[in-house]
Amino acid sequence: MSPQARPLTEQEAHGRRGRPITDHDAHEISHVEALSYDLKIRDVMSNVMRTASPEMPIEQVLEILRINRISGLPVLENDILVGIVSLEDIVRAMRNNDLTAATSQYMTREVVTVVSYDPIVNAVRTFTEKQLGRLPVLDENRKLVGMITKGDITRGILVALEKDYKEEEVRRYRASHLFEDVISERTTLVMRYTIKAGDFTQGGKASSHIKRALLRLGADPQITRRCCIAVYEAEMNLIIHTTNGGILKLEVEPHRITMSTTDDGPGIADTEVVFEPGYSTATEQVREMGFGAGMGLVNMKRCVDEIKLESTVGKGTRLVMRIFIPNQTVGVSRDGQNDEPSKNY
Amino acid sequence: MNLQKIIDQLKLTVLTESRDFTGITPAGGYSSDLLSCVMAGAKKGDLWITLQAHLNIVAVAALNELAAVIITENAQPDAASIAKANQQGVILLSTPQSTYEVNGRLWELGLRN
Repeated sequence: MSPQARPLTEQEAHGRRGRPITDHDAHEISHVEALSYDLKIRDVMSNVMRTASPEMPIEQVLEILRINRISGLPVLENDILVGIVSLEDIVRAMRNNDLTAATSQYMTREVVTVVSYDPIVNAVRTFTEKQLGRLPVLDENRKLVGMITKGDITRGILVALEKDYKEEEVRRYRASHLFEDVISERTTLVMRYTIKAGDFTQGGKASSHIKRALLRLGADPQITRRCCIAVYEAEMNLIIHTTNGGILKLEVEPHRITMSTTDDGPGIADTEVVFEPGYSTATEQVREMGFGAGMGLVNMKRCVDEIKLESTVGKGTRLVMRIFIPNQTVGVSRDGQNDEPSKNY
Repeated sequence: MNLQKIIDQLKLTVLTESRDFTGITPAGGYSSDLLSCVMAGAKKGDLWITLQAHLNIVAVAALNELAAVIITENAQPDAASIAKANQQGVILLSTPQSTYEVNGRLWELGLRN
């Protein structure tokens, strides 16, 4: 790669990368879905509870419902839930002109309940399956601890969403303003990861940390994706091919991202042939795991705007890749765009 | 076509923690046993059909935000891989069918991206 390399135009970059890498809807994992598993019923249920007893006259139940503007009451006998009495039950009593009757005569005895430690998704399922509007909540000792309505769930999710959203907003805000807040002639954020040789259990770990960091820094999802593919391949190369592992380094600047790896051997004899699709020196064992397709450097080259591989057999290898960020909005000077990334690590 | 329907139709075994799969709609599919190809070719939200069952498929699926991994021919990931998949929210499914058969069935079901 020529040292005078300039940022590629979008068309050039596109042509070089081969097929375009699309990333439809960037961070669209259903947050609400995740929340419906994370939030427990006890987090959203209402604790303030009015209850009826089996002997209570229906007219008294009606009065409690009216004053509290609610549509049903759980019925307790010696602290045990024995039924639920709703407006519908009261309407039946009214039709019979029987408002002085005991609650036990009109209450529903087959009570559908949920447990407080279950995720709210269970309550949602029960609401849908049983076509009910409110459910008594029992604790692990089957004691009544609250009531839950669809409204409680909606409120609970909205509150949690707002909290999560604010926290992530603050994180993103802080991170993405890093480059504006720090005033220098040239601000660089360096992330460094030590990669152990042969440690397949950690494969992809650095890449996923980098992915999250870049998104927090406000990087474009497509650029993040290109960066991740290149970094993942480089990370796996350190794990698969090096003698003692190596260092993976990411340098983020407002106008470009530089990814580099350094190792101390074994080194690559021919740094041209490794860019040929399908060329691989991986062992049979590694190939069986799905690596060693001979596509690693090909993939990296496709994803970055600039790639440089230097190696000496017996000494080590140094790989430097760059992605240039078009339309950078942060007002940082573009001076020194073509100089080497710092060699001290 | 949501993931639950695909699991039912293809009689797939869910290896990771059970959850509500009806809310997950795979965008398309990608088949390869070469991880580099998957890194380059699979799109976010895709189903990945592979014979590979070792730990590194979890990292690839997580990085690419794939909808789920269908492991074919009864290849069995070890407990550590399943634990890591649960931790990273990656769904692992298993089938005795071959990759070729699974691809064919998915195509028939209308998953053609």
